[in-house]
Amino acid sequence: MKEKDKQEKANGRSYVISRRLDAFFLEINAIYQFVKRFFKEVFLPPYEWQEVIRQCYHVGYKSLALITLTGFVTGIVFTKQSRPSLAEFGATSWLPSLISIAILRALAPLVTALIAAGKVGSNIGAELGSMRVTEQIDAMEVSATNPFKFLVVTRVLATTLMMPVLMCYSGFLGMLGGFINIHQNELTTLPVFLERAFEKISYLDIGSSVVKSLVYGFTIGMVGCYQGYNARNGTQGVGKAANTAVVVSMFLIFIEEILLVQITNWLR
Amino acid sequence: MKKTSPHIDYNKKVISISGLKKSFGSNEVLRGVDIDVFHGENLVVLGRSGTGKSVLIKIIVGLLRPDAGRVNVLGKEVELLTDRELRDLRRKIGFSFQNSALYDSMTVAENLAFPLLRSPENPGRREIQRSTEEILDSVGLLSAINQYPAELSGGQKKRIGIARTLIMKPEIMLYDEPTAGLDPITSMEINNLINEVQERYHTSSIIITHDLTCAKSTGDRIAVLLDGNFHRTGSFDDIFALPDERIKSFYDYNFID
Repeated sequence: MKEKDKQEKANGRSYVISRRLDAFFLEINAIYQFVKRFFKEVFLPPYEWQEVIRQCYHVGYKSLALITLTGFVTGIVFTKQSRPSLAEFGATSWLPSLISIAILRALAPLVTALIAAGKVGSNIGAELGSMRVTEQIDAMEVSATNPFKFLVVTRVLATTLMMPVLMCYSGFLGMLGGFINIHQNELTTLPVFLERAFEKISYLDIGSSVVKSLVYGFTIGMVGCYQGYNARNGTQGVGKAANTAVVVSMFLIFIEEILLVQITNWLR
Repeated sequence: MKKTSPHIDYNKKVISISGLKKSFGSNEVLRGVDIDVFHGENLVVLGRSGTGKSVLIKIIVGLLRPDAGRVNVLGKEVELLTDRELRDLRRKIGFSFQNSALYDSMTVAENLAFPLLRSPENPGRREIQRSTEEILDSVGLLSAINQYPAELSGGQKKRIGIARTLIMKPEIMLYDEPTAGLDPITSMEINNLINEVQERYHTSSIIITHDLTCAKSTGDRIAVLLDGNFHRTGSFDDIFALPDERIKSFYDYNFID
């Protein structure tokens, strides 16, 4: 038995399995209760529409500069890197279809989500964490308001709703970057580029990317809010909440990406 | 500096606590606490840091759950209330936090309007604006109405924190260390404000403090919390007149003029 377990046992505390496993299952239960509470509160009035709009603005505005840069650069770099391989087979005319498939199906939702996880997820974790440790959430609770509805529901809705918008914007910029590079090298005009780019794109591709973005947005909001809302131990806890929000969101986004790609391929 | 309050009704209990126990792990903080608070009374809970003073008022308002015992507030058993009933009860209780707990992202006006806008009897924006200005005027901070908490001093934050609770017209006020971290003059202003609130709004209050000046100037009755129980209750003079080493040492380390 480990030293800490012995100490806890001496203090009269016993565990069902072990300290760590008990804590793990308690955490799983707490996450389940948190998500369940979200789905309960989101449909019940009063609705905090004003705060949802404010949060949507923050989520979009805060990530815009980074997403503009990464979306555009991704398009250019991906086109540049793909050209030599296609040129070997004399197939550079396939570049528009290749980049549209890569960007719209995979890169735009994934890159946007990862950027938002870093930028928005950490911000939510730190903001709610600092509100928790400075008793602002307790103050809302004792003033007979519902902090969960005001802080959590609004933020999760905002990230869920804004992620597809940001994904479309990132996808557009990626395509624009790709077009500029192709236009410079192959002198392809915009109508020809668009015709070839959307030749291989179906509604399922667009739909699956929108669904992916909704799922990623929900994940980023929920993880950030859970970590911040349950922050403990002062400023150290705030830092931990922000950090964990990013790490867990990114991890979950990759897991979800694998699952959603499988489902989309199955539907195709 | 000793105070007398004319509005106390000793036949009417607003808070009744019996056998209250609370532990954090192996640390038993409250060990069967019994106390009553009467209508219109300012009860000061005095004790050293870590003796469970703040825990006591957090249990009263339902932020913490007790391990044992019963807490009756305005005729309602807090433990037995549903979420909705607890919210209704909380509308009648004002809680002033030690660090004021003002919402950083909102202006002073928005801080005050926040609970009113979300109450079932939301009186509308114009009426809320009027109430906000009236309450801020009563705490002498109308000029800070459009400022953010980060722009205010510690004393101003305390006043705004109290104003935010007053806007709901509470029957009970709970003050957690109202003078902690303030200079003596600002502390005295806060003490006067607590007495003004009691007189003007006829509130019953629990004031958690380890500041004897605050205890003497605001308390109608003092309860000393030692080793998880109320060691002694009575008027300020009664408490410190009796020979008791542990209470005397507390007195000796405070400056009283």
